[in-house]
Amino acid sequence: METLDIKKSASGAKPATPAAKPAETKSISGSEAVLEALLAEGVDVLFGYPGGAIMPIYDALYDYQDKLQHILVRHEQGGIHAAQGYARTSGKVGVVFATSGPGATNLVTGLADAMIDSTPLVAVTGQVFASLLGTDAFQETDVINITTPVTKWNYQVTDATEIPAILAKAFYIARTGRPGPVLIDITKNAQIQKFDYQGYTPCHHVRSYRPKPIIRKEYIEQAAKLINAAAKPFVLFGQGIILGSAEKEFKAFIEKAGLPAAATILGLSSLPTTHPLHVGMLGMHGNYAPNVLTNECDVLIAIGMRFDDRVTGRLDKYAKQAKVIHLDIDPAEIDKNVKAEVPVWGDCKETLPLLTALVEKKSHDEWLGKFRELEKKEVEQVIYPELNPTSEQLTMGEVLKSLNELTGGKAVIVTDVGQHQMVACRYATFTDTKSNVTSGGLGTMGFGLPAAIGAKYGAPDRTVVAIIGDGGIQMTIQELGTIMQFGAAVKILILNNQFLGMVRQWQQLFNDKRYSFVNITSPDYVAVAKGYHIEAARIDARADLKTALKTMLDHPGAYLLEVMVGKENNVFPMVPQGCSVSEIRLS
Amino acid sequence: MSKQEFTITVYTENQIGLLNRIAIMFSRRKINIESLNTSPSEVEGIHRFTIVINEFEDVVRKLCRQIEKQVEVLKAYFNTNDELIWQEMALYKVPTDEIAEKVKVERLLREYGARAVVIRKDYTVFETTGHREETDRLIKALEPFGLIEFVRSARVAIIKDSNGFHEKLKEFEASEPGEELIENEYLDKASEVFTM
Repeated sequence: METLDIKKSASGAKPATPAAKPAETKSISGSEAVLEALLAEGVDVLFGYPGGAIMPIYDALYDYQDKLQHILVRHEQGGIHAAQGYARTSGKVGVVFATSGPGATNLVTGLADAMIDSTPLVAVTGQVFASLLGTDAFQETDVINITTPVTKWNYQVTDATEIPAILAKAFYIARTGRPGPVLIDITKNAQIQKFDYQGYTPCHHVRSYRPKPIIRKEYIEQAAKLINAAAKPFVLFGQGIILGSAEKEFKAFIEKAGLPAAATILGLSSLPTTHPLHVGMLGMHGNYAPNVLTNECDVLIAIGMRFDDRVTGRLDKYAKQAKVIHLDIDPAEIDKNVKAEVPVWGDCKETLPLLTALVEKKSHDEWLGKFRELEKKEVEQVIYPELNPTSEQLTMGEVLKSLNELTGGKAVIVTDVGQHQMVACRYATFTDTKSNVTSGGLGTMGFGLPAAIGAKYGAPDRTVVAIIGDGGIQMTIQELGTIMQFGAAVKILILNNQFLGMVRQWQQLFNDKRYSFVNITSPDYVAVAKGYHIEAARIDARADLKTALKTMLDHPGAYLLEVMVGKENNVFPMVPQGCSVSEIRLS
Repeated sequence: MSKQEFTITVYTENQIGLLNRIAIMFSRRKINIESLNTSPSEVEGIHRFTIVINEFEDVVRKLCRQIEKQVEVLKAYFNTNDELIWQEMALYKVPTDEIAEKVKVERLLREYGARAVVIRKDYTVFETTGHREETDRLIKALEPFGLIEFVRSARVAIIKDSNGFHEKLKEFEASEPGEELIENEYLDKASEVFTM
């Protein structure tokens, strides 16, 4: 019943030219159909790990090695984070393969991460024979039910004839609308089963799924009216700009209306850091001015962002004075956390130009000056001392400063989660879009290294620097093996403060310095890297910083640089949990 | 604003696993489902969920948007009781000898609009259909006569203002929906709109 529906909808909207296909009917296996689907969808790289229940697909893959590059990771979690990194830098759908049972459950963290950060993924998992479902067979887990809350869509295939249409639907759902992860679980019998293959028809329409809400002109008009009348308008931009490929449209919009704009962590790099209207990053460890002035603006224009609690702080004291315009492709985001005066539903690539046409050309110099004034305060109290420390020990900030000087802001910066992530996002400069890859919503430690591997495959011509703490690196350090085997030229920059720094910072500030299990030890990373045949070095002196970074960047292949930094440095500014954004602390 | 009874009507594709996908939207928020019914709808191949919860309107509105976001969900409506015609069915098993002895019972049943589904030597099963209070009242009435078993179905509800789903489905089947689509409209026509 459902199968018929899917076939109908997959081929319904834009039927392939009928004359081209019929002669090509041939008998292939379900496994081959999976790989044909990947080829048809333009997949060139995928990440995965074989196992019993996905063996037929891997057997078929043996004959596709010249067309599909498969990267053998060291753990399925590494595989899915790599697929995420790939998707984030390439803008394409990331693909990961895993076997049933533990292979599939190891994907769950990555699925949750991709779900909350709207990353387009297709995960294909093997499953036991359909006849064994529900019998506690070897390596059987109920993957569909385990992954339901962390996937945009999932489906179990038990019959090979379903595969072409289901994979077409999977790719379509993963990349359209608000993107997200899709998991397709394929039983072993379906992988083996031969069937009459009639070619691949991409999916363009699923009747129960509307990827883009209809744009309502009246809301665009209302929004423009509010913006034109505003004295202190303020833009918050998120990853929606990048996902919608609307960087140009966004820039044109803020430039015409003269709007100061601040990025969420995932919005970073969609507007060059040095743009005169870019006033910094929002959130708990964001910049001082955008946090404080959120509570002073009169019109708040949120674009492709979802008012995460790390951005809003205490909600009942968040921008209460402002009229909120919310542009989002996902209707469920409107009014979810912050009530919108004007909801502009739609793809921002389409809505922004409509809005730009209606806004008056303006500059809000006095208002922008207020941001610069507060910025000065942050520079004096936080940024300057962080970047030009007088302490003997290095700070994370000065490492970023030197890195910026060497890369010119052109590198892809991949981060893990914790203090180094906040410092990197605060101080890295970005000239190009899709340059900031980080686990924003889920805060997944261990994300950095595998995501950087994927990011490199997604943007092979760019320098990819993975900035990782001494905690996070140890969660997925096995992926050094993937680099060893496949040679992804990732620059791994470990900022080692010999602590689980962010938790330590909270324990210092809020738990009377009761340092409970944050004192983490490290192996000799240089020796570990060399064990994996990866060049490596370790420094702890300021004098060596620039040369060491330059050596790392100039090295033709992967390189690991461990930089010892101050043990008990804190990240400021900070909006303490439960406080309003205007109560942001500078120390 | 306080919590009140809302009935959520969800039109969906007929898909294995969708019940779970919808149910976890509630359990994730620790919302207790008072009653849940799945059935065919007026349109062939389209399923209809009827879910009753006690919640704040604001929460229900957000919940419906999250439900509607699910790929295989076509539409989610929410309504208060005065916007609905609804019924629940209940079955009652009582010992036949008790019933036979006490003639009053028959009158009692007539009063509650019940009917006998099965009459055996050992037990009799009665059925009644109505609102919660009505089916509850019959339990009270039968209890003195040794109620052996009781079961009540989930609520099924018809939306008074609805024109059915046939027309709506056409919009979904078109890849480019028309301008008349009743969506995105809650701002300027809030009073008319009972959906998101």
